[in-house]
Amino acid sequence: MSTSLRPVPRAPDSDVSPELLLRIHDLMLKSRILEERLIAMYKQGDGYFWIGGPGEEAFNVPLGLLIQKGRGPQYDYCHFHYRQSATLLAMGADPANAMRQMKNTATDPYSGGRNFCNHYSIFEWNVVPVTSTIEAQYAIGIGTAIAQKRAGGRGITIVTGGDAGTAEGDFASALIWSSRPANPLPMLMVVTNNKWGISTPWTGQHGEKRISERGKAFGIESKTIDGNDPEVSYRELAAAMEYVRSERKPFLLEALVSRLYGHSSASGANAVVDEADCLKGFEKKLEERKLLTRQQIDELRQKYALELQEMHRKVRQEPQPKGDTIYQNVFMDRDKVREGS
Amino acid sequence: MSTMVQAIRMALHVAEERHDLTDVFGEDVGPPLGGAFTATQGIKCAWNTPLDERGIVGASIGLGLAGCRNVGEIQFCDYAYNTIDLLKLAGLQTWSTNGDWNVPMTIMTPVGAGIRGSIYHSHSFDATATHIPGFKIAIPSTPRDAYGLLLSCIVDPNPCFFLVPKALMRVRSAPGEEIPGEPGDERALSKMIDAPLGDRAKWQPQWPDTPDIFIPFGEGRTLRRGRDLTVVSYGRTLPLCKKAADELSQEGVEAEVIDPRTLHPYDWPRIRESIKRTGRALFVNEDSEISNFGEHLLRRTVEELFYELSAPPRLLAGAFVPGVGLADNLEMASVPQLPSIRDAMRQLAHQQA
Repeated sequence: MSTSLRPVPRAPDSDVSPELLLRIHDLMLKSRILEERLIAMYKQGDGYFWIGGPGEEAFNVPLGLLIQKGRGPQYDYCHFHYRQSATLLAMGADPANAMRQMKNTATDPYSGGRNFCNHYSIFEWNVVPVTSTIEAQYAIGIGTAIAQKRAGGRGITIVTGGDAGTAEGDFASALIWSSRPANPLPMLMVVTNNKWGISTPWTGQHGEKRISERGKAFGIESKTIDGNDPEVSYRELAAAMEYVRSERKPFLLEALVSRLYGHSSASGANAVVDEADCLKGFEKKLEERKLLTRQQIDELRQKYALELQEMHRKVRQEPQPKGDTIYQNVFMDRDKVREGS
Repeated sequence: MSTMVQAIRMALHVAEERHDLTDVFGEDVGPPLGGAFTATQGIKCAWNTPLDERGIVGASIGLGLAGCRNVGEIQFCDYAYNTIDLLKLAGLQTWSTNGDWNVPMTIMTPVGAGIRGSIYHSHSFDATATHIPGFKIAIPSTPRDAYGLLLSCIVDPNPCFFLVPKALMRVRSAPGEEIPGEPGDERALSKMIDAPLGDRAKWQPQWPDTPDIFIPFGEGRTLRRGRDLTVVSYGRTLPLCKKAADELSQEGVEAEVIDPRTLHPYDWPRIRESIKRTGRALFVNEDSEISNFGEHLLRRTVEELFYELSAPPRLLAGAFVPGVGLADNLEMASVPQLPSIRDAMRQLAHQQA
C-alpha cells in the first residue's frame, strides 16, 4: 500500500497502545453517530443541506489526536475541508456545535447560522474557516506556513482536501510554494482520496496512479497510506508530522478512504454498501484482540445515539439568527488575529 | 517632491519600520527589480514569488490569518481575475464566521489605462472590487494620498484593496501637497531612494524621515469648489476632470470636483451635500459603463436627491467592450479623455431643467 519515495521516520508500532486504540474507537464511533444524526436532521427538516465525512473516521480521528491545538503560529494551523467532523471531535469539539450549524441557529459558534454544516471555524484552536470552494485552502495554507517558518518552534500548517480537488490549480500552488528552495515550508498536505468527485469516479479523470507521486517532482516527502486503518493512519501521521515539525519542510500524505453516504444530501445522503467501512473493520479487529466485545460496542453505540438524540432535541429549541443581523461582522474594528503578538 | 510610486515606497518603508508590516510580496517585487513599476525598491521585507496570482492572494489571506500585516501585489489588476473566488473568500472570513476571524491584508495592484497597455494591461478594477463585500478600497490620485491611504490599508484589521492608477504613478505632487519630510528637490529624493541601474547588490536606500499619515476610509477630498455642477471622479480621470473644470471656468461654468479617495466606505455625505447645492451631478471613471461603481452613485443620487436635481445626473465611463485596444485611436475611444469629459461637463451645466 505504501509508496514512500524516501525513508521517513516511522513511529514504533508500540506507540498505538490498547488504551489509545480504544480511545480512537470511541471517537470514531461517536463521530459516525454524529454524522448519522446530522443526516437525520436534514431528513427531518432540521437543516437545508448535509455534507460530511462518514467513512473517513479512521484517518480523521488520529489526525485530530495528533494536532497541537492552540492559538497562534506556535500551534498547528488547520485548513480543513467539510468532511472532518471526526477530527474536530478528536480535538475536543462539542458535537452540539455541529448540530447548531446544521440547524443554522444563532448559537452556532462556527458561523452564527450563516454557513453549511461541517464548515468549522475555531479561532482559539487555529481552525481557520472551512470553505465550500474546494482546494482554496491549499493556497491559503501557504500564508500560515510562511508565518510559522518565520516564527520558529514546532507549529505546522495542516491542509486537507479530497482527491477530486487536486485537479484545481491551488493544489499545484501548494506543492510549488511549500518546496521553494528560498523558503521550504512546514506544511503537511493531506489528500483523503475517496475516489469520487461528487458523482464522477476518480479513475475516469485522473491519469496519475497515486496523487502522492505528484510530490516527487518537487522533492517533497510523499506517501500513500491506507486511511481506512486507524493504526496505520496514526503511525503514519505521527511520523509525517514529526518530520514536518522538526525538519520544517513539507510532506504530502495521501490517505485512501471511503465515502459511505455519498457526496452530500444533494445525492440523497443514503448509505452505500459497496465501500469498505473503516469502523466495522476496526471493531472486528478490536473484538479479535479481545479489547472490546460486541456487547460493549453495541452498548457504546446505544449510549452515544441517545446522547446525541437528546442533544438534537435541545438544539432544535435554540433560536434562529434574526434578519436584521446580516450587516453585523462585515468588518472588524478589533485586530483579533494580532492581539498578543 | 515625490512621484506616486516613490510615495508608495516611502509608505511601505514606514510600515515595515513602525507598523509591523512583515511581508511585501508578488511577482518581481523583491530584489533586484523591486516591482514592475519600482514601487517596492529598497523594502527590506519585499520578496519574489512564483508567477502564481492565486498563490499570492492565498498567501496574503494565510499571512493575515496568522496575524501578519502584509501587502500582496498583483502585478497588473488584469491578472487578478483568476483569483476572484479567493478575493471573495478574503472578504467573507469575518462575516462567514460571525466575527471569529479578521484578516489584515492588502492587495496592491496597478489599474486603468493611459500607458498604451493593450488588452491585458489596461483594465480597471474598481467595478470588480466594489462587488466584493468585506474589502475596504482605496484609490489614490496624488502621491500624498497614496502615502496616507496605503498606511491606512496596512494597519486596518480588514482586507483592503489598494488600487494604483498606472497613468498617475510618475506624476509628482502639486506644490503644497508634498509629504512632510521629503526633499523638495526631486533629484535629491531620487538619489536617496531610487535604485541605480546596473548592479544593485550593494545599494541601500537613504529614507527621508516622513511621518505617519493615515487618511481615513470614507473621507474624500474636494479639489475645487463650484456652484454649477458636481463632478465625482477618481484615478486617471480625476486630474482630467480638474483640468476640464479649470478650463470651463473661463466660460463661466464653475464645477465642483470631488475625489472620494476610497470607494468602500465612501464619502457619501460630501457628495450628497455638493449635489444638493449644485443640482447637477456627473460621475466619471474609466471602468466599463455597465454595472459601474458610478452607476451606483447615480442610482443613489436619483433615489435620495431626485427633487433637488436640475438636470438628469450622468455617468461618463469606459466603453462596454472586452478590452482597451492598443492603437492610439482605440484607447482614446475606449476610456474618457479630456475632450469628452469637458463636453459632458459643459452639456450638463447648460442642460435646461
